[in-house]
Amino acid sequence: MKLRWMAYPYVLWMVVFTIAPLLLVAWFAFTTVQPDGSTVFTLLGFEKILGGDRVPLDLLGLQKIFGITLEVPLYLNVFAKSLQIALLSTLACLAFGYPAAYLLARRAARQRGGSDLLLLLFVIPMWMNALLRTYAWLALLEPNGIVNTVLSAIGLPRGQFLYNDFGIGLGMVYNYLPFMVLPIYSVLVKVDRSVIEAAEDLGADRRRVFTRVTLPLSMPGIMSGINMVFMPAMTTFLIPNLLGGGRYMLIGNVIERQYMIARDWTTASALSIVLLVFVLASMKFLTRYEKGNEGGGVLL
Amino acid sequence: MKKGFRAAFSGGGTVRGLYLAFIFLFLYAPVVVLVVFSFNAAKSRSVWGGFTLEWYRKLFTNTEILSSLRVTLIVALLSALVATLIATVTCIGLDGLGKRRRAFVMNLSYVPIVNPDLVTGISLMLLFVFMQFQLGFVTLLLAHIAFNIPYAILSILPKMKQLDRNLYEAALDLGAKPTQAMVRVILPEIMPGVVTALILTFTLSIDDFVISYFTSGAGVSNLAITIYSMARKSVNPQINALSALMFVVVLALLLIVNYRSNRELRKSKEEKGR
Repeated sequence: MKLRWMAYPYVLWMVVFTIAPLLLVAWFAFTTVQPDGSTVFTLLGFEKILGGDRVPLDLLGLQKIFGITLEVPLYLNVFAKSLQIALLSTLACLAFGYPAAYLLARRAARQRGGSDLLLLLFVIPMWMNALLRTYAWLALLEPNGIVNTVLSAIGLPRGQFLYNDFGIGLGMVYNYLPFMVLPIYSVLVKVDRSVIEAAEDLGADRRRVFTRVTLPLSMPGIMSGINMVFMPAMTTFLIPNLLGGGRYMLIGNVIERQYMIARDWTTASALSIVLLVFVLASMKFLTRYEKGNEGGGVLL
Repeated sequence: MKKGFRAAFSGGGTVRGLYLAFIFLFLYAPVVVLVVFSFNAAKSRSVWGGFTLEWYRKLFTNTEILSSLRVTLIVALLSALVATLIATVTCIGLDGLGKRRRAFVMNLSYVPIVNPDLVTGISLMLLFVFMQFQLGFVTLLLAHIAFNIPYAILSILPKMKQLDRNLYEAALDLGAKPTQAMVRVILPEIMPGVVTALILTFTLSIDDFVISYFTSGAGVSNLAITIYSMARKSVNPQINALSALMFVVVLALLLIVNYRSNRELRKSKEEKGR
């Protein structure tokens, strides 16, 4: 068919609405508008990220637990904090998600097709708007919320769950858990049962079958799960804004505030560029691992 | 073999059952709470004060919500239509491209999918500001079309690959004009993909918050933005009522998409089986 011209308007569209906007972020990051209205080149945004007020680094309990005080620029601290909570949430998603994916896959394998319902039940909450799902946690976690009511009803002390690392982390785990479970599930469900049986026949016990066969085979799923959880966790501004009560700063809502409230577009764009480069680089790193693993993917 | 498998895992059955139950409780608790408290007579997110439908009634007389509902629906409908139209045309064109150019276009399509929503939203906002567009309805619509097109393409492309290329030529040989061949031969063949694209993009548009947040201006907001500002201000059970309704609508739409794609899958399997 000689209809290739029909694809060209789309290319033009993508240049205008995808490529140009990204270049504009870079443009705004490196320029500033002077009082007389002229636009000049500047590195001020990046200088602010690396300079600025110095605060003690609040990372992995460095200060509170180990007593080490490391002074870093404000924005770097926010970045470190976001990285920490995104990584911890990703790990929590993996820790809770892997067994769930494993059990779901095992049920599906056992009842051949009958377990689609369980998987569907698992995905349905994800179809609710992320905004609403996050909002729902407010009712559960607030000081006089349902969790605290239940806790005191069974004689346990009430806790402070909102506006802190726990609340934000929980919000992330809740929102992104399915992104971890689904890729692992889809890899596990395709694992050839005869491979597992072969390992058993050759004398491997349950633990060895898992560590030497099942786990390596599920690596691609784990990697894409990590990828799919880490990226939104690193860039969200909704979760810290809603569950953080306006005081909790992560890189996502710092950028959002710089654009929408402080209107310092140079710094905001510089931060966006740093974030984008970081996220894309970590994604590249993870997918490279995925490809390197393809040798073991023959069985999938 | 089956016995061995079961034996290997017996003993931990209750633990596994409990674990899955715990996960499902975790997943459903917020949703259930949200829906249950939409019928709460007390104006609280977490203290029950009896059954009422008042919030639903208030919802349908709240002009702010009604107007953002209108914006949401119009933007979803228009962006779904335009994105699917562009995607359909593009997919037909893609078929004629060489391998390299095709790969280039596909990589281009993955850029917005891979980009974090935050960056997509910001970059589009900067584009509109740079072009001195007033942020408002038009920019919101353009942004939605922009993030919808790649998903529409990915829905239609598989159908396009199944298409027999000779069909178009045959239609031309039999005297059809190119437009006739397109509308009466190719379009019906890829129709299932087109319909899936329509429903999917409509749903994505309704569901979007982040990109809308950055690309709509003062005075124009869709439901997600209205809910966000309501949620940050105070406790308002109308949000719960609205959430419950939106959940049901999106659920219904996605079940239809799911059902359709499953049916397609079964059909193509049957055809292969023949």
